[in-house]
Amino acid sequence: MKRFSLIILLFSVLAWGISCGNDGAAERKKDEPFDLAKVEEQPEVHGTEIKEVKLTNPLDKTMITSGKGIYDLKCGACHKLTDEKLVGPGWKGVSKRRQPVWIMNMITNVDMMLEKDPEAQKLLEQCLVRMPNQNISEKEARDIVEFMRQNDGEK
Amino acid sequence: MKNHILKFLAACIILSVGFSTQSCKPKDAGSAVSGDAAQKVYVAPGKKDEFYNFVSGGFNGQMAVYGIPSGRLLRIIPVFSVFPENGYGYSEETKPMLNTSHGMVPWDDLHHIALSQTKGEHDGRWAFANGNNTPRIAKVDLKTFRTTEIIELPNSGGNHSSPFITENTEYVVAGTRFSVPVGENLDVPISSFKQNFKGYLSFVSVSKEGQMDIAFQIKTPGVSYDLSHAGKGKSADWFFFSCYNTEQAHTLLEVNASQKDKDFIMAVNWKKAEEYLKQGKGKKMKARYAHNVYDEKTHSATSTMKEEVMTLDPKDCPDMLYFMPCPKSPHGCDTDPTGEYIVGSGKLAAVVPVFSFTKMLKAIADKAYDGNFDGIPVLKYDAVLHGEVQKPGLGPLHTEFDGKGNAYTSFFVSPEIVKWDLATLKVLDRVPTYYSVGHLSIPGGSSVKPHGKYMIAYNKITKDRYLPTGPELAQSAQMYDISGDKMKLLLDFPTVGEPHYAEAIPANLVAPNSVKIYKIEENQHPYVSKGEAQTKVERKGNQVHVYMTCIRSHFTPDNIEGVKLGDEVYFHLTNLEQDWDVPHGFAVRGSANAEILVMPGETQTLKWKPDAVGVIPIYCTDFCSALHQEMQGYVRVSPAGSNVALRWGTGDKAPKDASIGLK
Repeated sequence: MKRFSLIILLFSVLAWGISCGNDGAAERKKDEPFDLAKVEEQPEVHGTEIKEVKLTNPLDKTMITSGKGIYDLKCGACHKLTDEKLVGPGWKGVSKRRQPVWIMNMITNVDMMLEKDPEAQKLLEQCLVRMPNQNISEKEARDIVEFMRQNDGEK
Repeated sequence: MKNHILKFLAACIILSVGFSTQSCKPKDAGSAVSGDAAQKVYVAPGKKDEFYNFVSGGFNGQMAVYGIPSGRLLRIIPVFSVFPENGYGYSEETKPMLNTSHGMVPWDDLHHIALSQTKGEHDGRWAFANGNNTPRIAKVDLKTFRTTEIIELPNSGGNHSSPFITENTEYVVAGTRFSVPVGENLDVPISSFKQNFKGYLSFVSVSKEGQMDIAFQIKTPGVSYDLSHAGKGKSADWFFFSCYNTEQAHTLLEVNASQKDKDFIMAVNWKKAEEYLKQGKGKKMKARYAHNVYDEKTHSATSTMKEEVMTLDPKDCPDMLYFMPCPKSPHGCDTDPTGEYIVGSGKLAAVVPVFSFTKMLKAIADKAYDGNFDGIPVLKYDAVLHGEVQKPGLGPLHTEFDGKGNAYTSFFVSPEIVKWDLATLKVLDRVPTYYSVGHLSIPGGSSVKPHGKYMIAYNKITKDRYLPTGPELAQSAQMYDISGDKMKLLLDFPTVGEPHYAEAIPANLVAPNSVKIYKIEENQHPYVSKGEAQTKVERKGNQVHVYMTCIRSHFTPDNIEGVKLGDEVYFHLTNLEQDWDVPHGFAVRGSANAEILVMPGETQTLKWKPDAVGVIPIYCTDFCSALHQEMQGYVRVSPAGSNVALRWGTGDKAPKDASIGLK
């Protein structure tokens, strides 16, 4: 009985191999599981690289207020306004150290930055916590930059 | 590489079948699986399933979600039972969900699923489920996969015949499994069943936003309601309920409720019931039942006790109810996608009767009655019968449909699944199940638009199908390919709890709406901390409220002093994360509520009554980052009457003076 099962097994695997073994990819197409393309279209803040940011002076007070509000809610748990590192680097001087486009991509597009940007990768090595996606829009990220500039003493 | 994996899987399946041939009784277990079964169920790593399968958990009181065709378990949704995995029923916010007129009931029995419908098709908004023991209906929101509403059913002795649904989700229904005495005088002899016991049918309305309310209850004779389905299309104004124990026995039902050759399927014209309500024929009756609603903005549930319910008495409402005789102790009561056929499955019957809706209407018009039962007209069997499936098998239970004119009926005793033609009633194919099959599910199979392709059988016995795990074995489902003329067994997959009814729906009707995070800006929890700047500890008498935040990877505050024995401490933990799949957990050593789990943007509360003086550790229970292990802190508990003041903080804000309270 056991031997019989084994023969069936060998035979089935062999038969299976012959029938579908040569072109698995073409064979799969018919039964390809549900395509989640529609799901990936779901609006998410993440994902669009910001290429250019224009800064203006004097600073925009409305943007600063908005930026501060977002900082209190979503950033302050890990970033101090001094140069002291908490979970992530302190913000003092950040608007002088980094280009605004770098900061905004780091906020809205952290996965891309950690994949491509050597400076971002260096920071991950220091902090060992991936900066979270805090679901911040491009406009909100720009407000945060305004708040950082104010924090760095710009007028 | 993919081919190697496939071959390996195929070999595994064939191997296991080869082994089991030696031990199981149905003869052809070995040949039941064909060579390409593995390929048909294999969903490669990173690929997604084609269907969601929402499966009742039976005595675990939960709903489980599987991917089809892989059979992979995706989620357990807690509904009628507490759930240690995510704190459902343990957190202060979710405790009210399990409130009833009897107080908190932590464990119920969930049997059936009904997915919401629009124009008779599944629309992917909600899944409803029944609480069988303490009668209730629950609604699960398919955007969050969470239970968001539970309504208790007064005057019901047990809610089995539920939560079946009308074609635009106007109503979900609940027929009582036990008739019981109802009204003022409840202290009656059990043997007075025939005089005093009544069976109530509840029609729970569902608003466009999903809010449930008991619109009305129909007082019916004392029988047991077993299962149900709404009509479809031309029969959409009707509901059909299978009834057993028309003998009206109250003891040894196994024998005493199996006396008659025929019991009934009750046809309810719910549109007519609505008309009678409008005409003022309804009577309000005193009743006590809980209505629990979870608010996704406050992240909290409230439980409201209701005091009355609207009822309709068939004596005041002619032409609303009819009985169709159905052999013998009918269980499943299933309507086909066209709405013409109603299939009754008499558990003890030698045939499967199929009723015709067209004939039923004619019989009603012709008054083709065979007497009445407690004042309700009984239609003549021959006048309503489309025909009988002859020699179908033993112990028919449930029927699903593929939308191509075929019906699939499960047979518990044989045990097998039989495919037959709805028009000709000819048996087309039969396959064995391993073992003792109960419910069946075809994607969309209970709607007007079955998606076909697969059929899943939910079995009562698994015996030798899996590695043994002591006296308690894996519960199990089996999946068949129904795309061809012959049904083909593809897969066994284990389930949690005991699976009863289930529904399957194409993933693209649900997945695109799935919520990823709760927006912190929209959090209206009364104890939310929107940012670390809002964290604090407040004392109100002996209650200590900790407004606490968490983010990878620390709590604020993580050092708390000034808690005293006799205090009740409420940790209101807000997860500041706004990224998908980053929950944080929270645990307090020795807490009777133990733990909570908090989704991004959400606030949840753990109540803790310290029972000894000391410094008590707290920590995050959900691995969140490389520094997750460091996500920990302390609460100092001082004796009652101690003068240690409330102090709290994290990092440089943590309490520093090391002399306070030292003796």
